[in-house]
Amino acid sequence: MHMSDALLSPAVGGALWVVTAGAVAASARRVERAPDARRVPLMGVLGAFVFAAQTVNFSIPGTGSSGHLMGGLLLAALLGPAAGFLVLASVVCVQALFFADGGLLALGANVLNMGAASCFVAYPLVFRPLAGAKPTGARLVVASTLGGVTSLVLGALGVVAQTTASGVSTLPAGPFLALLVPIHAVIGAVEGLATAALLRVLWRARPELAPASAPSRAARMFTVAIAAAAVLVAGLGARLASALPDGLEWSVARTAGAAPAEPAPVPLPAVAGVGITLAAVALLFALLRALRRRARGA
Amino acid sequence: MSHHLVGVDDVHYAYPDGTQALRGVSFLLHHGESLGLVGANGAGKSTLLLLLAGVVFPERGAVRVGDWPVTPATLPHVRRSLGMVFQDPDDQLFMPTVEDDVAFGPLQLGLPPDEVRARTAAALARVGAAHLGPRMPHRLSGGEKRAVSIATVLAMSPDVLVMDEPSAGLDPASRRGLVEQLQAFEHTKIVASHDLDLVYEVCRRTIVLVGGTVAADGPTAEVLARRDVLAAARLEPPLRLQGCPRCGAAG
Amino acid sequence: MTVGGAGQLGSLGALASRDTPAARLDARVKVLATLAFVAVVASFGRHDLLRLAPLALFPLVLAALGDVPLRALLRPLALAAPFALGVAAFEPLLDRAPAFTVGGVAISGGAVGMATILAKFALSLSAALLLVATTGFDHVCVALRRLGAPRALVAQLLLTHRYLFVLAAEAGRSLRAHALRAPGRRRPTLRVAGTMLGALLVRALARAERIHAAMKCRGFEGELPLVRRGRPGRPDALFAAATAALLLVARAVDVPARLGAGLAGGLP
Repeated sequence: MHMSDALLSPAVGGALWVVTAGAVAASARRVERAPDARRVPLMGVLGAFVFAAQTVNFSIPGTGSSGHLMGGLLLAALLGPAAGFLVLASVVCVQALFFADGGLLALGANVLNMGAASCFVAYPLVFRPLAGAKPTGARLVVASTLGGVTSLVLGALGVVAQTTASGVSTLPAGPFLALLVPIHAVIGAVEGLATAALLRVLWRARPELAPASAPSRAARMFTVAIAAAAVLVAGLGARLASALPDGLEWSVARTAGAAPAEPAPVPLPAVAGVGITLAAVALLFALLRALRRRARGA
Repeated sequence: MSHHLVGVDDVHYAYPDGTQALRGVSFLLHHGESLGLVGANGAGKSTLLLLLAGVVFPERGAVRVGDWPVTPATLPHVRRSLGMVFQDPDDQLFMPTVEDDVAFGPLQLGLPPDEVRARTAAALARVGAAHLGPRMPHRLSGGEKRAVSIATVLAMSPDVLVMDEPSAGLDPASRRGLVEQLQAFEHTKIVASHDLDLVYEVCRRTIVLVGGTVAADGPTAEVLARRDVLAAARLEPPLRLQGCPRCGAAG
Repeated sequence: MTVGGAGQLGSLGALASRDTPAARLDARVKVLATLAFVAVVASFGRHDLLRLAPLALFPLVLAALGDVPLRALLRPLALAAPFALGVAAFEPLLDRAPAFTVGGVAISGGAVGMATILAKFALSLSAALLLVATTGFDHVCVALRRLGAPRALVAQLLLTHRYLFVLAAEAGRSLRAHALRAPGRRRPTLRVAGTMLGALLVRALARAERIHAAMKCRGFEGELPLVRRGRPGRPDALFAAATAALLLVARAVDVPARLGAGLAGGLP
């Protein structure tokens, strides 16, 4: 579900960066306030675990294709929504910076679609109420599966909304939705099943880690506030962004006004201009390389 | 009368699942002594080391390091006196670069930046890893990781150096380097290890743990020659004390 | 992209530890320049393919100043390309109105759109890769902290990066052990994967506790020290100014068209 920069306009991408930065800052403040030296290595290792878990590709029953754990629901179940969101945000950051998985402009959007959907919506509003305290057996599976579906479908909805608001790609929203939502519903169910299997193993080996009580009122208020704020701001931001004229609309308006009946041949000056530009760039590059080689050899 | 540096007095410890790990272990260690701790897996060696470092606390008995009884309140003082090198270097090297890891301890001690830099350089030089400063821990070889993990503790200038299986996973050349380094350290040392030849070369005194109790405590050369005690501890004599493989002469 | 691909990118990060002009630049300046570059690239319209040409200067100059061989970028680009292609492929299907002809063949607006998306993808991704190749992931993290990112996030990034290779190796060993005992299957089933992951998680949590013990034994109180020296100097100001100039000019002016018009005007 990692969006590449190609899908977003700078306005939408920027707006989502701001929203995500706010959510990250709020979560970090909440995490830092609870004084527990254990959490630093624990969160770090769990972030690393999510990466490792994503290399374990398994066969999805029924289909022939493979899937892997995304981890949002698991992190929220182990750490709570704020810390879980922070860990997932760090995973998505590392994926973008280090693994070129998802663009830099789209980073804010990706963190929101994957992290906020699972940690601030699916976990507290779907998984936790259904699973209750001491979740076991069928109850855990149901809660986890529905939680997974919620996470992934919400994330997919986010992708479609952000892409459409950006207007960079010509994909119309309707077919895009029809394509993404069912796929992600299935992926979400698989995510939920995998998470449930994992949690069962964990809680059997370490019963002291299973949740003993319902989340505190403060914790619940926090997650609801974050989720509402994120949705509101993202919606407003996307609306504002799509209202701004951008290069696309401007160029569309221009070509629409001057559309010739017959497509004209390629204007030679333009091609020559590109040729000169690229030649200049290549020349400068070669020059710098040569200078560097000289400097190293000297 | 020399003041003892480490005192363990009748400690008992059980794991969270109920297994009794230590049943009444006592010993005193003086400045400059080098103590080897040997025993089967599960005999309690690692647990004893964790008790010394204050990572866990005994259910009965007491541990003293220098002037301080080891309790949750005195941990900052204990940690200045006792440096622990863990079994898996990856657990100990958690900072982005080697330099950062070695500097971590001195920084936490509150030393000024110049002092931190000096100690970092000195510690790395001590273990022969001065050139590894800017490297990332996960790219180092086993021997390099081990050397750096020792440096991270040396930088804090502890009085006592405690090591858990320091030669585990090292190739013979790295192991030889480690033995030579340990022999050169003037610190008071406690080394828990299966590598009895290392213990023989590095530690002048040895304690054998069997089932959470002390089965033998004395000069290394004597203790490690007692086959009955070693057998009870599921150990064999160090190779250098075993018979000559060629001529069959007794060890 | 799998962590196996990390080997390639790990070596990209290793390039950053060499002493090159690009490596000497202040990490914060590089981070901000990269973000600005990516934003400007994204701001171009669907058919602005030709206008993107001068922007190639930014990654190429960075690669030259950082002694980064261009083929080191090819593999990550190739690995990530399918995703961009997946999006770009829709363009020719949805926008069939011809934009111009070349030697009698009509090129649709969609084809131009597709090429534009791919060009933007290549430019943005190269910039991100070069940021890591000239700075190193850890320095980027510290730069983020100095730019105002929360402490908890940066510590989290550093530790995740530190241990992901260790845990991925463990996962790899589990998968290999599985493969040796399940000769017919290429991948584990969902249930087996669940138990495998559960075991890995239990071990990961045990490792976290050992790391915590090691941290405490060296005096850890709750915050990782993120000390870095270095202040921006003349080369950094120069680099920032040059980048800003490039981005402003490329955005405001259609450079290739102007150059071409100038050429045509200059020709008899």
